[in-house]
Amino acid sequence: MKPTDIQNPEYFHKVVDCQYACPAHTPVPEYIRLIAEGKYTEAYMINWDSNVFPGVLGRTCDRPCEPACRRGRVEEEPVAICRLKRVAADNKGDVKQHMPHGPFPANGKKIALIGAGPASLTVARDLAPLGYEIHLYDEQKLGGGFMRSQIPSFRLPETVLNEEVDYILDLGIHTHFNTYVSSLKEILARSYDAVFVGSGAPRGRDLPDMEGRKEGDANIHIGIDWLSSVAFEHTNKIGKKVIVLGGGNTAMDCCRTSRRLGGEEVRVIVRSPFAEMKASPWEKEDAMHEDIPIIDNHVPKSFVVTDGKLKGMMFEKVHAVYDDAGKRKLVPTGEPEVFYEADDVLVAIGQENSFPWIERDLGLEFDKWNMPVVDPITYCSTNKKVFFGGDAAFGPKNVITAVAHGHQAAISIHLACEGQDMMNRLAPFVNLTNMKMGIHEWSYDSMVVNDERYVVPQADKKITLTNRKQEVELGFDRLDGFKEAQRCLNCDVQTVFTESKCIECDACMDVCPTSCITFTVNEEEHDLRQHLKVPAMNLTQDLYVSDILPTKRVMVKDEDVCLHCGLCAERCPTSAWDMKKYFYNVTKAVNACQQEAIV
Amino acid sequence: MTYVRPKFRHPELPKNKLGYTLSYYEGALSTLCAGCGHDSISAAIVQACYDLDIEPHKVAKLSGIGCSSKTPAYFLSNSHGFNSVHGRMPSVATGANLANRDLKYIGISGDGDTASIGMGQFVHVIRRNLNMLYVVMNNGCYGLTKGQDSATADAGSKNKTGQVNLFQSIDLASLAIELGATFVAQSFSGDKQQLVPLMKAAMKHQGFAFINVISPCVTFNNNVGSTKSYDYVREHVEATGTLDFVPMMSEITTEYAEGSTEHLVLHDGSIIELHKLADGWDPHNRISAINAVQHAKAKNEILTGLLYMEKETTDLHDMLGTTDIPLNSLTKEILCPGSGKLKELNDSLR
Repeated sequence: MKPTDIQNPEYFHKVVDCQYACPAHTPVPEYIRLIAEGKYTEAYMINWDSNVFPGVLGRTCDRPCEPACRRGRVEEEPVAICRLKRVAADNKGDVKQHMPHGPFPANGKKIALIGAGPASLTVARDLAPLGYEIHLYDEQKLGGGFMRSQIPSFRLPETVLNEEVDYILDLGIHTHFNTYVSSLKEILARSYDAVFVGSGAPRGRDLPDMEGRKEGDANIHIGIDWLSSVAFEHTNKIGKKVIVLGGGNTAMDCCRTSRRLGGEEVRVIVRSPFAEMKASPWEKEDAMHEDIPIIDNHVPKSFVVTDGKLKGMMFEKVHAVYDDAGKRKLVPTGEPEVFYEADDVLVAIGQENSFPWIERDLGLEFDKWNMPVVDPITYCSTNKKVFFGGDAAFGPKNVITAVAHGHQAAISIHLACEGQDMMNRLAPFVNLTNMKMGIHEWSYDSMVVNDERYVVPQADKKITLTNRKQEVELGFDRLDGFKEAQRCLNCDVQTVFTESKCIECDACMDVCPTSCITFTVNEEEHDLRQHLKVPAMNLTQDLYVSDILPTKRVMVKDEDVCLHCGLCAERCPTSAWDMKKYFYNVTKAVNACQQEAIV
Repeated sequence: MTYVRPKFRHPELPKNKLGYTLSYYEGALSTLCAGCGHDSISAAIVQACYDLDIEPHKVAKLSGIGCSSKTPAYFLSNSHGFNSVHGRMPSVATGANLANRDLKYIGISGDGDTASIGMGQFVHVIRRNLNMLYVVMNNGCYGLTKGQDSATADAGSKNKTGQVNLFQSIDLASLAIELGATFVAQSFSGDKQQLVPLMKAAMKHQGFAFINVISPCVTFNNNVGSTKSYDYVREHVEATGTLDFVPMMSEITTEYAEGSTEHLVLHDGSIIELHKLADGWDPHNRISAINAVQHAKAKNEILTGLLYMEKETTDLHDMLGTTDIPLNSLTKEILCPGSGKLKELNDSLR
């Protein structure tokens, strides 16, 4: 193998698994250390800079970081990264002083943002301080989009959402709420310098052709529309017996909301096997904790309506069969159809994009799935003035993905308005800082604690099920937050190897608790992986390979289960190994929170 | 300030025949200087015991005084241990071995502990052919007292302060061969490829097995001009041959050209495979072994690898005709066979 190029900023970035997995590349270990130090405000600002909604995401994020967390590869559970973010949000001090303050000198450019969800709000935050005049359109009466209409308040209190939306609106955004944009042509005619479409994926899938659908319509609701109607308090009750169709997070929100609006016998009925449901494991757990059975392998066949009133639904039992390619097929078991009673049915079987308001003669191409053609780097459509982000760009994802899109779209808009090439994007901000303070002394907690993952306390079910607005999760207190933060392995504190200093004493190889380091003859990657102290079979993790050493061997480090405990550097007599903190931050259109002052 | 080894290990760590991972053979985290050769030797012992599927509780590790003699704390935490008086490890090992011949004895000593204060003990344990592995971690200086030259420092070798050693060194390997040791080897802490199979062979040898391991002292004797620094040893090391240890009942897989390979069969049927042998050297011939060491010395080389091995040896227990049973397992019935037996004995003497 060739020696590893650690000058490439992506090499060490990839070692920080959580940050690499985060669509917005939030510097996770950095803020976790700040939480452990009790510096909640600083931890919040690191988050705010990257993901804009720390309080919201600390409660509702899909947490792609946690399955990626290295801790999950050496023990049962990853660090509770998401809920630690909430600790920062809950305990922060005055964060506003660290945020940009208007009024900002105008630069004469005008931008329209369609939809006031996380993608648009991120664009607004990144561009407002640069002097753009920003007009934000949304059909609802308040900003937040999906975060407000579809995430129930028992998971995300309105106050938390309002606070974080207001941080952005306070930057001097011109809001046009209660305004449905029905024509992009009309918007473009208002001489905006750029238009950003962050209108989400607003259409919930239905079962229009199913028997009984029309007859039972009064009691059959589309999940996301129903959640939105609950959020804006147009709906405040539901029947005693409820069936929720679908296995995603929206289904989980629907069933749990039903329990709070009078649903006594609420069932989730899903086509796929339980383990393959789209919902996050913790959301399934929370639903079952609220006495909601999840009935899997049941395909809906018909709505049963008697005398014009919905009585329930018929289901066909199936089981999953997999072909050689691992593709799943649901095959009927042959048992008779089963009937489940229901007063109301919530259909939460997915959602899709819908752009009836975009004229097709604006030079804005749509593909065969009727989705706009969007560049995955610049987020620009084929109309150079129109940008897309969030669910509107590439279909339904999640809040953190929408934020990541927003940052990139803002950069493109800024470059375009400055008359520059949109591909002329800046590299990330990176820094490598030595952590050594003395013998056995490092400026990070190198000791690896053995604690298992702490459980976030919840409010009493008796209270939460009777009050829709009572938040279920109470969040970690400061002490548990500290203890959970200590579980972080500090993967951003990198093991940096300098071959010219190495005397090949093998001390690092002998001391490494997880057998990551091997000195051996160089080979091609495939063979090298087999011949390490413990074969490196996790191909998603890189090998760190040195140049040829005096004894004609190379140093090979398998990054997979490195604990970043620093013992290799501790036992190295010549400091050929060193522990250096790697700070990586995605460059945004604006340096939103003066990060250098904090880090 | 933290200096703690995490409890997590690689989740895919392989297991040996006993179902133990390598970590089961570890000891406490070393407090020797970072980069000390002794730590590599400890790691080689851990690896050898793991590879040989030795039950840690069937091992006793013994040592005297010095940096080397601290190392039994850093390997085989699940074994028996005795940290004895300076230079007196061989006596303690002899006593322990006589009391319980079922354990494997690993004696750890240093150049000071063996070549100076313990020299008398060392030569006599060789004479007794005590069944043990005797390892000298040889760094040519007194590391624990800030690096004064030891009796194994070569004449002309320069220490950290620039002082040149005036005295002849004691060559422990030659001495051991001379005194009739039945297994003698020399190695380098920085070469585990060689050290681990040597350790395994030595542990399988029935009788006294001696390994002199050059082990650089990074703090006091790793300077330019020292003949025991990492760089010097790497430049001047010469092997009697490359060496593989093949446990009993295993298939021999590597193939070498005719005539270049020698198979040495050990007491339990396991085999040492030697390849690319040095010219004129016969591992079973004491005179050729001494010659090989002296020739290398004359060329300023350090000869490593297996130097000499006796096929069949008579260890101390065999010489003395002691009981096969460890003393702690001798029952009253065996020790007091009764008046009938006494009468038989008395009658035989009449």
